[in-house]
Amino acid sequence: MRNLLIFITKYNAFFLFLIFEIASLIVYLKYNSFQKASVINSTNQVTGNLYARADEVKGYLTLREVNDQLARENAALRNQLKSSQYIDTVAHKKVVDTIYKQQYEYIAAKVINNSINKRNNYLTIDRGSREGIEKGMGVIASNGVVGKIAFVGEHLSIVQSLLHKDSRVSGMLAYNKEIGYIQWGDDMNPRKALLVDVSNNAQPKIGEPVVTSDLSLFPAGIPLGKVSKLKAKGTGFFLNLEVALAVDFSKLEYVDVVINKFAKEQAGLEAQEKKADE
Amino acid sequence: MSRIILTNLVRFLVLVLLQVLLLKNITLYNLSTPYLYILFILLLPFETPNILLFALSFILGLTIDAFYDTPGLHAAACTLLAFVRVLFISITVQKDGFDNEPEPTLSIMGFRWFFTYALILTLFHHFFLFNLEVFRISEIDYTLSRFLLSSVFTVFLMLVSGLLFFRKKERK
Repeated sequence: MRNLLIFITKYNAFFLFLIFEIASLIVYLKYNSFQKASVINSTNQVTGNLYARADEVKGYLTLREVNDQLARENAALRNQLKSSQYIDTVAHKKVVDTIYKQQYEYIAAKVINNSINKRNNYLTIDRGSREGIEKGMGVIASNGVVGKIAFVGEHLSIVQSLLHKDSRVSGMLAYNKEIGYIQWGDDMNPRKALLVDVSNNAQPKIGEPVVTSDLSLFPAGIPLGKVSKLKAKGTGFFLNLEVALAVDFSKLEYVDVVINKFAKEQAGLEAQEKKADE
Repeated sequence: MSRIILTNLVRFLVLVLLQVLLLKNITLYNLSTPYLYILFILLLPFETPNILLFALSFILGLTIDAFYDTPGLHAAACTLLAFVRVLFISITVQKDGFDNEPEPTLSIMGFRWFFTYALILTLFHHFFLFNLEVFRISEIDYTLSRFLLSSVFTVFLMLVSGLLFFRKKERK
């Protein structure tokens, strides 16, 4: 016993190393499935506040670009207004629309923390469970898809960006409707992604838009990017395309969280089906 | 004694803030990211007891993790760094020389020693960090190039900060 104690004190550095290393690896590996560990992220009080402060300062530097973007979006929305379209039939009485009902709702949020230079990137936004945000909801910016909600705090949430090794969004080629999915390439270029597993029958052209398909958690037709290279790495039985992303992740300021009203129903049904299969 | 604690506390805060507010946003060609915060562990006094050294490294790692949203990743890398530091110092520095050499800074230990020290410790830390983050053998070429270029960047910043706070008087 005494010899053991002497042994441990003599090589205490090694034993301390083992203890702390194992502790940190447990925290690291359990993070994604372990809700309690989520205290250590940017939704907590201290880190969230600091990032919000720093973002206030940074916000001034990008005012011009945000203004431009808002002006463009305003113009696009104004084009869709009833008042800017003329009616070529005889005026009808207005009726309450009972056929179209809202399926998607949007919550605007400000990005207070963002990264693009790691293998797995996350954003922090200033909306949380109080505003009705739940895990798994989609996040878009005015010009395209950003990612999905990974963690929800009371006032803040963390978004798993498209620039993440586990992010997959179902996308399709806008013209010939071939479906594949978007994932971030391993060369870590924040402006490029890959559209993989496209059928070999598709005949994509350079510059063809890639949009979200009906299979994704986003409304169909939200831009993801444009085809920039026809044969990317790993083309074999399926076609892999390189896509220039629509969103400039380094300049994200405001995003919208997409609430799909049918998401719960869909998830419930699919879970039932899975059970029936087993 | 209280002066040493105060300097290290200030150093901790300054390096963490510098890392999360400034260096987090810097990348060269998507490859080179500096992680200067580990300078805190490098500059702890020689006489720091091992348990304190490991605890501080772990806390520093977790603090950075909280800002980077990667709980445990930096903590694991920093713990490894602390262990390599213990080994390196036990090999290269004589135990009885601690009285006039309190801290392993550039101005006290000289350029050659400090450069080797910073380089080896940074290489270990970055290698572990990048590989644990990616954890895929299929991307090993990108991971390795990121690891090497980031190490160069970090060591460069360490030498710059060492020269910035260079005090000639301390060398006896």
